[in-house]
Amino acid sequence: MSDLRDLYQQLVLDHGRHPRNRRAMGACDCEKGATCCHNDGYNPLCGDKLTLYARVRDDFIEDLSFEGEGCAIFTASTSMLTEALKGRKVSEIRGILDDFLEMLTSGEKAPDPEGLGKLAVFSGVKDFPTRVKCATLPWRTLEMILEDVDQGPAQTEGDASAV
Amino acid sequence: MKHAAVSKETATAGCTRRDDFPVFADPGLVYLDSAASAQKPAVVLDAMRAFDATSYANIHRGVYALSERATAAYEGARGKVRGFLHADADREIVFTRGATEAVNLVANSFARPRLGPGDEILITHLEHHANIVPWQMVCAETGAQLRVAPINDRGDLDLDEFAALLGTHTRLVAFAHVSNALGTVNPVREMTALAHARGVPVLVDGAQAVPHLPVDVQDLDCDFYVFSGHKLYGPTGIGALYAKWEHLESMPPWQGGGDMILSVSFDKTIYAEAPRKFEAGTPNITGAVGLGAAIDYLTAIGWPAITAHEEDLEAYAEPQLAAIEGLRLIGTPAVRAGLFSFVMDGIHPHDVGTFLAADNIAVRSGHHCAQPVMERFGVPATTRASLGLYNTRADVDALVSALKRMKEFFAA
Repeated sequence: MSDLRDLYQQLVLDHGRHPRNRRAMGACDCEKGATCCHNDGYNPLCGDKLTLYARVRDDFIEDLSFEGEGCAIFTASTSMLTEALKGRKVSEIRGILDDFLEMLTSGEKAPDPEGLGKLAVFSGVKDFPTRVKCATLPWRTLEMILEDVDQGPAQTEGDASAV
Repeated sequence: MKHAAVSKETATAGCTRRDDFPVFADPGLVYLDSAASAQKPAVVLDAMRAFDATSYANIHRGVYALSERATAAYEGARGKVRGFLHADADREIVFTRGATEAVNLVANSFARPRLGPGDEILITHLEHHANIVPWQMVCAETGAQLRVAPINDRGDLDLDEFAALLGTHTRLVAFAHVSNALGTVNPVREMTALAHARGVPVLVDGAQAVPHLPVDVQDLDCDFYVFSGHKLYGPTGIGALYAKWEHLESMPPWQGGGDMILSVSFDKTIYAEAPRKFEAGTPNITGAVGLGAAIDYLTAIGWPAITAHEEDLEAYAEPQLAAIEGLRLIGTPAVRAGLFSFVMDGIHPHDVGTFLAADNIAVRSGHHCAQPVMERFGVPATTRASLGLYNTRADVDALVSALKRMKEFFAA
């Protein structure tokens, strides 16, 4: 078993205990030219559950937030996702998303520290195969949000499952 | 993991069967997940290997010696299950893939033909999904309703409510002997008597009970009793259904195929008698032999020694767990068998499980296939430590010590 501290780094514990942007998103701004989306993610194996909210305006992620409960890895991953991606261009996000999932699932390609920044703290999760889904669930949910955004400025909802 | 450093003398109060189980060649392993699946003793592994090496052939078919030996071993295992459950006759024992398949067999073959709109099946709030979903499926097909008897905050069944829910529309009652999520031992005899007073047949899910307490189906007077081999120190893929002969006789086959017929033509097929009527296809022959060997192993130890060992461990563990700051036991039933479910203040069960795994302590984290129980206690999941023959006080010490250290680790 790899060292627990590689999995539970201080930053992960901090975000796990004190998640940022954990709130429902306020009133929809779709009529004012934004695209407002929310999607649900659920891991039935351990009960991790979230609703991820996004408001996009002019190709920028204007706001990202979530509601949900789960383990420390899941909570930290979700919290840091919102913190890292808020204010970014939608076109940038796809690359970050792919790099993050690549870092946790393939194990071959080293994460690009420039691109992933603080998110590289999750690189140790790949040595704990039973916990990978905890870290990837919010990102899989984000994938669905991006699909919704691509479809245009209608309020949509869907559901990602980590089965 | 410091377990290996604990001397054998201090590690064991009374007997330990640890050395009977090859998996403990890893001396540091603290296996506290027997409620999910128990480890197998060498005698079970050896019996299956010897059978495959010297006595294996298909059963009920060949006229040669090997097939006769295989048939005798398979039917011998049926006899061992009968003896283990104290059933009246071998023909009342049907081999299945496990408890789940046995419940599905009863749902499809016994319940379905008897159900219609307005009829009810009564279960309890502490059931495993295997004793919920098959009934939901058969209810959906027949228009019957599933009713659920509540449990109290300790995790004990509300017997008055259970009795009140038994009505003129109840066609079947199904409940666990022992709860896999809470460890609650249900008062099976009383519950069965209440149901029978209204003429309602009873299925008991014994998956979590058979490793921990003696079962006498005639004394319990239940109509059906199901269990799985792999929770009883036997292999996976084998389990059994006990049913009173009068029911088995009346039930149509559930699955069709070879070995469940007397004769087949394109005009008409005549089914074999139970239990073969319910054992279509080549069964898990070696699995049955392994299950028989597991029953022999338990029988040789004897219930007094088994229950004394587990009672000692439970009495040793419960106060120590309860005394850990921030630990809440989920389920404090009047009678407990074999397991402790708990949550830790501010630490998710999944993180608890990973932390313990780093110390080579195996527990289960999750909803334990009992989501309604989790909802009842307002938790998404719990950590469950469950006991087996091979566990020792040192295992409990390792668990308690790790849980105490864990708080510090997760403080951020």
